[in-house]
Amino acid sequence: MRKLICNAWNARRSPHDASHDSMTAAVHNHQHAWLLEHGDYLYRYALARLRDPHLAEDVVQETLMAAMQNDTYAGKSAPRTWLTGILKHKIIDLMRRQMREQPLEGDFPTEPGMDEFFADDDGHWVDKPQFWTAPEDELEQKQFLAVLQQCMDCLPAKLAQIFLMRDVHETSNEEICKELDITTTNAWVMLYRARMGLRKCLELNWLGK
Amino acid sequence: MLSCKQASQLLSQSMDSKLSSRQLVALRLHLMLCSMCRRFGRQVIGIQSVLRRFRRQIEQDETITLPAEARQRIARALES
Repeated sequence: MRKLICNAWNARRSPHDASHDSMTAAVHNHQHAWLLEHGDYLYRYALARLRDPHLAEDVVQETLMAAMQNDTYAGKSAPRTWLTGILKHKIIDLMRRQMREQPLEGDFPTEPGMDEFFADDDGHWVDKPQFWTAPEDELEQKQFLAVLQQCMDCLPAKLAQIFLMRDVHETSNEEICKELDITTTNAWVMLYRARMGLRKCLELNWLGK
Repeated sequence: MLSCKQASQLLSQSMDSKLSSRQLVALRLHLMLCSMCRRFGRQVIGIQSVLRRFRRQIEQDETITLPAEARQRIARALES
């Protein structure tokens, strides 16, 4: 997974797409116009969320295919907004499929036990949060993200997915509950556990002062 | 008075949903008095900020483009 973050960074430096001009000749219909005009935008949107260039390409293709097959574009919103809406759902579908393929949470021995953090009697910190800060400059951010990615890999996969949907993609809690078919309380508990686990993991592995 | 366990749960919950005014007052009171929970809050919100900032950087970076091969593949798929 660490490689994926690196891929995203490498993609930032990829040479400009040379096929852009030759593609102009191939514009027969608005589907192709969408690919031309919005392809890069949709790709960046997907890459920013999936962090895997190949998955991002695939989901952009699925989006444009779906847009072509059920051409429900009513012209009420800008094409980009409409296409982004389709893409957003394709990404959620993909994450849901990935979650389904993963074993049940209980199978993960690495899940941080919440009880270890607090005293049984009064609920005060036993494992007190140690000082560290999240980085502000870009170089430090890169190192931080690499550690964070490894920490996310240590989380039970379902917690990592819901954490991504909420804290990274900014999907609303209501939408997460609807898409994953879980209760609000369930979502709160899972997100809490994910954040507790990541915070602790960074405490151990990130030396930000 | 909330315990640290309850306060950290509420703090996390406040990142996802609006708290009731009673919950909010209780959380704020606890945070005023508890430096450990303040630190916890700064860190979990810090993680979220860095990740969202990175996501936006990729979204807005116009040097990232759909690779040529992928563009051609998608164009072919749209034609078939």
